[in-house]
Order: sequence, then C-alpha cells, then structure tokens
Amino acid sequence: MNVSMEFLVASGIGWVTACGVFLMLRGRSFPVVLGLTLIGYAVNVFIFAMGRLWTGAPPIIGNGEVIADPLPQALVLTAIVIGFATTGFVIELALRSHHESGTDHVDGKEPGA
Amino acid sequence: MNPLATIVLLPLLAGTLLCFGLGRDNSPARRTLTVLAAGAVTVAALALLLSLAPQILAGQTLIAHTDWVPSLGLSIGWRLDGLALLFALLITGIGLLIVIYAHFYLAASDPAGKFYTLLMLFMAAMLGVVMSDNIMLLVVFWELTSVSSFLLVGYWGHKEEARAGARMALAVTGGGGLVMLAGFVLLGQVAGTYELSELLTRGDIIKADPLYPLLLGLILVGCFTKSAQVPFHFWLPEAMAAPTPVSAYLHSATMVKAGVFLLARLYPVLGGTDLFEGVVASFGLATVAFAAWVAIFKHDMKALLAYSTVSHLGFITFLIGLGSPLSAVAAVFHILNHATFKAALFMSAGIIDHETGTRDLRRLGGLYRLMPWTATFAMTAAAAMAGIPLFNGFLSKEMFFHEAVESTLPWGVAVPVIATLAGIFSMAYSVRLVHATFFNGVPKDLPPDAHPHDPPIGMLAPVALLAVLCVVVGVLPAITYGPLVHSAATALLGTAPPDYHLAIWHGFNLPLLMSAIAVAGGLALYFTLQKSFGLPGYTPQRWSGKASFTCLMDSLFAFSGRLTGRIENGSLQRSLALLVLLVLILAVAPFGAADRLPEAGSRTLLDAPPLAIVVWALLLAAGGTLVWTHHARFQAVVLTGVVGMVTALTFVALSAPDLALTQLSVEVVSTVLLLMGLALLPQTSPRESTSLRYGRDAALALAAGGGVAALAWLMLTRDHASISWFFLDNTLPGGGGTNAVNVILVDFRGYDTFGEITVLGIAALGALALLDGLRVKRPTVDTAGRAWSFEQQPLLLRVAARIVLPLALVVSAYIFWRGHNLPGGGFIAGLVTAVALVLQFMALGQARAESALHGAAGRRFSRWIGSGLAIAGLTGVAAFVFGKPFLTSAHGHPTVAVLGELPLASAAVFDLGVYITVVGATLLMLSVLGATSKENHG
Repeated sequence: MNVSMEFLVASGIGWVTACGVFLMLRGRSFPVVLGLTLIGYAVNVFIFAMGRLWTGAPPIIGNGEVIADPLPQALVLTAIVIGFATTGFVIELALRSHHESGTDHVDGKEPGA
Repeated sequence: MNPLATIVLLPLLAGTLLCFGLGRDNSPARRTLTVLAAGAVTVAALALLLSLAPQILAGQTLIAHTDWVPSLGLSIGWRLDGLALLFALLITGIGLLIVIYAHFYLAASDPAGKFYTLLMLFMAAMLGVVMSDNIMLLVVFWELTSVSSFLLVGYWGHKEEARAGARMALAVTGGGGLVMLAGFVLLGQVAGTYELSELLTRGDIIKADPLYPLLLGLILVGCFTKSAQVPFHFWLPEAMAAPTPVSAYLHSATMVKAGVFLLARLYPVLGGTDLFEGVVASFGLATVAFAAWVAIFKHDMKALLAYSTVSHLGFITFLIGLGSPLSAVAAVFHILNHATFKAALFMSAGIIDHETGTRDLRRLGGLYRLMPWTATFAMTAAAAMAGIPLFNGFLSKEMFFHEAVESTLPWGVAVPVIATLAGIFSMAYSVRLVHATFFNGVPKDLPPDAHPHDPPIGMLAPVALLAVLCVVVGVLPAITYGPLVHSAATALLGTAPPDYHLAIWHGFNLPLLMSAIAVAGGLALYFTLQKSFGLPGYTPQRWSGKASFTCLMDSLFAFSGRLTGRIENGSLQRSLALLVLLVLILAVAPFGAADRLPEAGSRTLLDAPPLAIVVWALLLAAGGTLVWTHHARFQAVVLTGVVGMVTALTFVALSAPDLALTQLSVEVVSTVLLLMGLALLPQTSPRESTSLRYGRDAALALAAGGGVAALAWLMLTRDHASISWFFLDNTLPGGGGTNAVNVILVDFRGYDTFGEITVLGIAALGALALLDGLRVKRPTVDTAGRAWSFEQQPLLLRVAARIVLPLALVVSAYIFWRGHNLPGGGFIAGLVTAVALVLQFMALGQARAESALHGAAGRRFSRWIGSGLAIAGLTGVAAFVFGKPFLTSAHGHPTVAVLGELPLASAAVFDLGVYITVVGATLLMLSVLGATSKENHG
C-alpha cells in the first residue's frame, strides 16, 4: 500500500493539534506556553496546506511549469513571525504572573488553596 | 441648514458644548455665563419655533428628510405639525423658565456646568422625540431622554436615594423603551415603512393585521412606563430625589408626557379600535383615581405632586384612549394646562424647600404670612389643579367629566362615578397642599437658620408667569391656547375635529354637577381626614409596585450571580476546557445536520518517499513523548524544538523555501526564549491532575486533533481554485521580482504586512511593559545541578561568536537583497541577524552584549521598532507624492558601472522597514527577559 504525502501531512497536523490542546489544558503556565506553540505549528501547516501540496515547485517565477500556490505561503510567513512574538509575550506573561501570585498555576493560586 | 434640524441640533450641539465648556469652572462669573448660554440657546430654539408657528397653525405640516442608513430603513426625518409644535413649545418654553429658576435654586457648590449640560441634552432629546418623522430615530431620542433623565435625577450622586431613584427610573423607562422598540420593529414590518408620514396613512392595513394586538401591546408598555401609568407608576415618586427644577421640567411638563405624546402621535395608526379604547382608557381611568387617592396621604410635597402628576397623566391617557373627537381636544388642552399649573407648583415646592429646609407637610404651616407672593401664586396653580372655575384646570376637567359621561366603555355607569371620585380626591389633595403649607398654624421644627421669606425675583418670576397663565387661560381659553389646541387635535385625529367651544360656561349640565360634587366632596373629605384621623400617613402595601420592582431586581441579581458562579468559578483551566468543548460542538454540529458525511476528493495524491514516513514517525514519537513527559520541562522544550524542526522540514519538502528559512531561524530564537523563561520558573510541573481530568482532556484533545486532521484530509484530496494565479501572473510585470511570496508580502499585500509588523512591535512592547523594571532572582543551577550560565564565557564560543557576527550580517544582507527574486527577504534576514546577535548574548554574557548594543534592558530596542515602522510607513506615504494610493510600489532595473544591472524596487525600502522591526522586536524580547533574570549568588 502506498502512503500519500497528503495523509502524512493531515495526520501530522491532527497529532500536533491534539498534543497542543492537551498541553494547553494543563494547569501550569509552562506546559500551556508549549501547547500554544504546538498549536501554532499545526495551524501554520494547516493554512499552508490549503494551497495543496507540491514538490519541487517553489514559487519562484521562471523555475519551471508547475509552481506552488504562493498566497498561503505569504500568509504563513508572517504568521510564523507573529507566532514567535506571541510565544515571547506569553512566556513573559507567565513570568510576571508567577512573580505576582507566587505560583505558576494558570488560575493564579495553588489548587485547593 | 433646515430649520427643523436646527431646532434639535441647537441644544444638542451648541447647548451641551457651550454649557460644558463654560461650566468646567464653577466660579460665580462662569456660572452666570453658563446659564446665559443655556438661556440663549433655548431662546433661539423657541424663536425659531415661533417663526414657524404661523404656518403650522394655518394647517401646514413641515417635513425634512435626509438619508441615514437607507438599507435599514433609517432616515433622519423631521416633522413639525400641530402636535409636535405644541410639545416643542412646551419643551422650550417651560425649559426657558427652568433655566432661569435653576440658576437661583442651585447652591453655589452645585456644579452648574454639569446641570445645564445635562439639561440641554435632555431638551434636545425631547425635541427629537416630538419632531422625529422616522420611528427608529424617535426610539433613539426616546432612549436618550431615559439616559439624560437618569443623569439628571442622579445629579446629587452623593445621595443614596438619588442614585436609587435614578436607577429605578432608568430601568423602568429604558426597559419600556426596549419593549417599545420591539413593537416599532413589528409595526415597521407590518406597514412596510418606518416613516411617520407614510405610517399615518396606513392605519387600516395595520389594524387589520393579525400582529396588531401584539405590536399594540408592546408599544403601550413603552408609553405606559414613560407616562407612569399604573402598574408602572412607582418610579415617578422615587425620581423625586432629583433637584426640584428637574422635577418641574421632566416630571411635570415634558418627559412623563412623552408617553401620552406617543399615544397621540400614533393614534391615527393604532387608535380607534375597541381594543385600543378598552385598554388605554381603562388603564388611564384606573390611574386617575388610584394615584389621586394615594396623593392625599403623602406627607412630602414633591411626593404628593408626583402622585398628582401620575393621576393627571392617567387623565390624559383616558381621554386619548376614548374614541370621540372631542376627547382628543380635551386631551391636548389638558396637556397644556397640566404643564402650566404643575410646573408652577413644583417650582413653588422648590422655593418652600429652599426657604424652610423641609418639604414635610406635617412640619410646614402658616407660610402665607411669611411669603405672601409665593403663597398667592402657588394657590392659584393649586386651584387650577383642583379644577376650580375661572382657572384653566377647570375647563379641561369639565371636558373630562363630559367625556366620562358620554363614554362607550363597557364599564357603564362606573366610568362617570370613578371620574367623579377622582375629582373628589384631586380636590382633597390640592386643599391639603394649600392648607398644610400656607395656613394651619405655624411651621414646626424648622432648622434654626431658616427665616422663610419670598425668594429673589428670578425664582419667583417663572412661577408668577405660569400662575398668571392659569388665570388668563381659565378666563379666555379660546384666544389663548385655542389655536394651538385646534391644530394639535387635528394632527392627533388626522382630520379636523368637529365644532366645539372652549368656554367657561356651558349651562347647567351633568359635568357641572359632577364638578360641584368634586369640589364640595374634596373639601369635606380633606377636613374629615384632617380632624378625625390627623391624616395618619399612608404606608405602601407589601405588593406595591416599588416593592415588587425591588424584589424582581434582587432576584434577577441573585439569579445572575448563581449562574455566573456556576459557569465561571475563577478557574481559567476549566474555562479553557469549556471553550475547546464549545468549539468542537460548533464545528461538528453542521455535519450532524447534513444528509451524509463529506468524502475524500479525487485529486491525484503525492507518493510519500520513505524519508517522509520516517520524519512522520519521528513527529508522532516526539509529540507523544512530549505529552507523556511534559513534567520534565527542560526536555519538553527540546521536544517542542523537534516538532518545530519537522515543521521546517515539511516546508522544505513541499516547495516552501521561504517558510523553511523562517521557521528554522524562529526555532532558534524561540528555543532560547523558552529556556530563558524556564530559568525563572519551576523546573518541573507537579503531577496534580486527577485521572478523570486526564481522561477528559485527552478526549477533548483527540477530538480536536481528529477534527483538524479530517478537515485537512478533505481539503488536501480536492483540487482547488485559487486567486493566487493572478499573483503569479503579475509578480514579474507588476512587482518587478520573481519570488512570488516576497512580492506578495511587500507589494501586493503590503498593507497587510504593514499591519503585521505593527502587531509584532506591539507584542514586543507589551512584553517590555510586563517585565520592565521587574527583577527576579534565579538559582545558579537547575535541579539536575547544571549551571544556568558560564563561570567564564568559554573562549571557543567567544571567538566563534566574534567571527560569526560579521559573517551572519553579510549573509543576512545577502538574503535581504535577493529576497525579491529568490527565497529570502526582510523577515528572514531580520531573524538571521537576530540569531547572530543572540549568539553574542550567549558568548559574551548578558551585561557585555547589552552594553555593546546599548540595549538599556531592552528599552532602547523600542526605538528600532519605531524606526522600522516609520521607514515602512514612509515608503507607503511616498506613493502619495506621485499621486498613487498608499504603498503603491515602483521598480526599475538601472545599470550601474561595476555592479551591472541592479533590480531596484521601492518595495525593497519597505522590506528594510520590516527587517529593522523584526530585529528590534526579537532583541527586545530577549533583552528584557535577560535583564529580568538576576543571578542569585546568595
């Protein structure tokens, strides 16, 4: 049986999303930040894949007949950079919250406290 | 500008702005200026109205229209006919007297600017209500009267009862307004128009529609709440906590009349049916008698007057409800009469309160001797209120009795009996007001500094004017209010009323007898109560309107408190899980409703090479391990990096070199960032989730992942039509570059990119704001005993960093330059530069790298962000110079000696802005985090 790239990409996106959501639902801020990062990866690849999958066809004019869809790539490029900025912001938010509340639990207090 | 619009806009804009501006300073001179401004604006509006009055009285209707939101049926339409003119004259005329009176009434410490600004706002709102030709516009002004009256009633916000009264007035009248809005929407749907001028001609269609009872009910709730009809009357006495000029204006002459105005306005549209007559007249009649009875037992002058107002509003409502043309004449006539005498009485109550320090009828007395002028005017107005012959109230009361006798209501003889009883009660409370205030011994328990005497002329003159009017109109009704009443009644009915005579003497008839009974009965009732029972205060029953309102409000608050407590228990973790669940439900629901599930498409799929399968397996393993062992945080960061690397490889394999480069460099920077953050946080996560929570979260996560995978699969197996082919065709001729991704970023969609780098800058500045000045001590080693920083920076790393920096800068310059044609560009070049600089931080240590870059704990980098954004923005603005829209690009290929042909595009300058912003934002985040982290050597 031949495995298709499409299957690998789709299942990969799903798996990373699942891992991301699970981590996002943890109680401590650090796993939540990692979860958000993972969801960021999955979303970026998902948007990128909306232009369908192409091999050996970078969107450079004059590089051959078939050329990949450049629009999702342009969207994702800025999304990656903004995703990085959000990660940075959230980790610094987690630090501040830890400093203010004395706990790194997202609810701002130790469970049961 | 159209004169009709000007009448509303004068107080709305000129009035509020002038009073606000002049009244900001509460010095005596400024107070005078403020009141002069308010007076001038009111006089201007009044003069404009008077200049238009002859046309209206001659039977014309002035209409002016401007489109507002035509698609929603909204237009700004103004209408001035007899009814609108009558109300507009009341609003501006009484308004002018109130402006003067309030100047003397308010204490020097009361902010005059606030009072007059709100008063002007209210005046504009009322004028808007009566002069709107579009019912949606009317609703806007209607709610504006509720809001401005809320602010006016709560003018003395430091008093608890003022706040409570204001709140109740807003809840009842504003809530009624919302119900009315629903009725108006139905009305507009049924009639097919929201314009009054068209609605007024479509009454028959509307009354024949099955929705008529519903829309009538909804609109009546609005009218009854505003005009304080039983059972919604209870807010009006509570609103007496307002300053007395406000009560005189809002609660006698204008706002409470808005409800009866609307009844009159829509009479041709809604009125004339048995249902309308039965409901409106019955509620009106019940209100007249009930409120008049309650008024007798009120000890507070203003509360007595408030219940009297409720009673008189019922009087007017009853008359409008009745079908006969003459009752319409009586209704509009009484609107004028009541405004005249009631405003005078409220102002007198204000004077007495001002002079004696109390409004309690049990403590007042004998004031006739101390303040004869006030007493004379107040007694004149009270006589009108009681309906004594020769005063204006008598005339409309006679007409009221006449209509009660003639009425075709199904209550038979009960109607004239109740009307007569109401007359007796009115007489009784009027007598009580006069007797208890001006006669009946001497004042008791007054404050020691109170020396009651007649007030300054400015306070007395408005009362005097109104009292004189009561008499003049009472004697000569036809030549004073006559023309106005005739034109307003014509507008109310839609046709001219039949012949009638406004005159004192109609011969001996039943109404005259009823009047006589009312006067004699009222006197007897009052003195009996006074002598035998000493007027033992009336205490509201437990089921009173106020009590039920309070009970309703309390239970609403309790209910929403319980609901909130149940949904939101303060745990973000729980809220997030609910959010994910909700998203899942919303995403799955449409598939549940569909006939069959979507199937995979028929696109030719790409075969996966073995390497791809290996990488895929690596991804699954990395993700699984990450979830399983996320408690060990350092390891979790590394595994997250692995997932990022697989992402980058995916981009490489699938023809996205730009994305791969971006992802790789971001991966480096964000891993450094995560580790720097981790150094200041606990190194492990405790195992604290219950297995139930693990199971729940795993189910949510797998459902979310499965859903996303299914969606991606469905999309990927289908061919697609894309707008991108346009970009590909135009990249070279239109953008002057061959790298389509970069050309889209900096040229076609440059505006988006500009927005995105702005977001980037904001996120970085947000991080700075979060951590600026914060210092957190961090341990020198982690839990495994590994040092967080080098004792001395290793030589090899220092040397390498020194060599790498210039190399990296050259590389990023190259990547930047070629970006327009080959993979690269500002974003990637910026990240590469940032990576090289991060290496300096690691090799040289925070402090030395900082000083080399003049980072100032990250603050300096905000300037980089600013310059980057400025460069990008200015490139866009430069297009204006050439008469092109924002961010239009230009490009050329000049040939330069040595370098050969250079591909130049203005977009490259824009990309430079992107580059600088990216470098600045990245370094800012790292630098501020580094500065926060202080070594704990202790």
